[in-house]
Amino acid sequence: MKLELPIYLDNNATTPMDPRVLEAMLPYFTEKFGNAASRNHSFGWVAEEAVDYAREQIAKLINADPKEIIFTSGATEADNLAIKGVFEMYASKGNHIITCTTEHKAVLDTCKHIEKTGGEVTYLDVKEDGLIDLAELEKAITPKTILIAIMYGNNETGVIQPIREISKIARKHGVLFFSDGTQAVGKIPVDVNADGIDLMAFSGHKMYGPKGVGALYVRRKNPRVKVTSQMDGGGHERGMRSGTLNVPAIVGFGKACELCMNEMESEAKRLSTMRDRLENALMELEETYVNGTREHRLPHTANISFKYVEGEGLMMGFNKNIALSSGSACTSASLEPSYVLKALGLGDDLAHSSLRFGLGRFTTDEQIDFTIKAIKETVLKLREMSPLWEMFKEGVDINAIEWAHH
Amino acid sequence: MAYSEKVIDHYSNPKNVGTLDKAKTNVGTGLVGAPECGDVMRLQIEVDEESGVISDAKFKTFGCGSAIASSSLATEWLKGKTVDQALAIDNMDIVEELNLPPVKIHCSVLAEDAIKAAINDYRVKNGLPELVAEKKAH
Repeated sequence: MKLELPIYLDNNATTPMDPRVLEAMLPYFTEKFGNAASRNHSFGWVAEEAVDYAREQIAKLINADPKEIIFTSGATEADNLAIKGVFEMYASKGNHIITCTTEHKAVLDTCKHIEKTGGEVTYLDVKEDGLIDLAELEKAITPKTILIAIMYGNNETGVIQPIREISKIARKHGVLFFSDGTQAVGKIPVDVNADGIDLMAFSGHKMYGPKGVGALYVRRKNPRVKVTSQMDGGGHERGMRSGTLNVPAIVGFGKACELCMNEMESEAKRLSTMRDRLENALMELEETYVNGTREHRLPHTANISFKYVEGEGLMMGFNKNIALSSGSACTSASLEPSYVLKALGLGDDLAHSSLRFGLGRFTTDEQIDFTIKAIKETVLKLREMSPLWEMFKEGVDINAIEWAHH
Repeated sequence: MAYSEKVIDHYSNPKNVGTLDKAKTNVGTGLVGAPECGDVMRLQIEVDEESGVISDAKFKTFGCGSAIASSSLATEWLKGKTVDQALAIDNMDIVEELNLPPVKIHCSVLAEDAIKAAINDYRVKNGLPELVAEKKAH
């Protein structure tokens, strides 16, 4: 088979929709267009039945009860609903939330919002390997703590937090545990009961489903968890999230979950083998570092810093043919390098030099071969052009130079 | 964000990448930027002592495509100019030539700083007073 370009290796940003998902969705745009809340005619019944079925498919993937799935517009909304919803619902119990510095912005900025409205938030640092320190977590709990919000797998590094240990600590202190599962659900086994998760956000478009749909898992038993609605209206989704359900997207989300469930085991093996091959080949280059623990990691993600070359400059060497993302400042709107990598203790220089690889269901060995070759060539070329590389080779201590920060 | 064709051309075929002997009195070296900021440029000029004309210019840059292109272009422009003519190169000339978007203007400022730093290094080595340049915002 001829290699088709460009190659997509940014599956942590979004995934292409699986054609089988699209096929399941199509009738719900046209002939089966009903409102799932229409109780008095067949158009509504058909839509409701489709939503119920999708809810089962989704619940099954995370070993939840279908009634525990609250549909949202995506993971960002689910993050907001979980954190703000718990903060408001449990206000009489306390006002303190514990999270960590490598969370997604949807969690961090929601926590910032909470602080403005009278809440207190502890932001745990992570260790060099990207994992939180469980002793620090336990120490941070106060009688006012109502929620621990720690993500399942990190979007930039793929680092998987010790979810079961975290939930044990949460249980011990009677604190709710929310996890942003966006990158993990569908990729690795996630079981809300075995994992002891009380609330979990996840999204359709990270697992080969459509954009614009996600869910918040809200535990109904041991303990029964409630969140205050952040969207008022017709009282959909057990009053926790009003708004007419996006039936075609929900159907697609359900189908996507079913496919992930069926294919996860073999797919995780295939992806981690390819990812490791890519990583090992690139690590043959001098001064190349993997960011985050390699041991507790999502199977499809690698984050690598190529010291003495800058990430955006590096991507320019191959971005006509390969799509991936960088922790470099130049690629973000904020002009700041990745806060996630900085939280791991990486200097700005290494954060600027990082690439994130997100493999996916449609990634092939041929694509990985092409990528290895293209990146190696570009790194070598740019190092020949890099004054820092020359200094490093001459044994100059780059940190001892007084750089003019601008 | 798409790059202009000229940026892509300089990035793919950079002009005058390399190193001049910084120990020579007729070589001026400017090293500007910082690794933490994601750009470091080193620009060097070699001046013909009789004519005062820049006979050679080399660069090495750690940075994005626009930073590489700005320094590559700067070395092209420097060659054949006298030191005084070189001082007149303005960052906005680079912006215009490379069609840099607003977010990349700092790359051109850095290139201008590198030119001035190289010239100052040359001046100091040759017993001339250092020129104080107006500070441009990055």
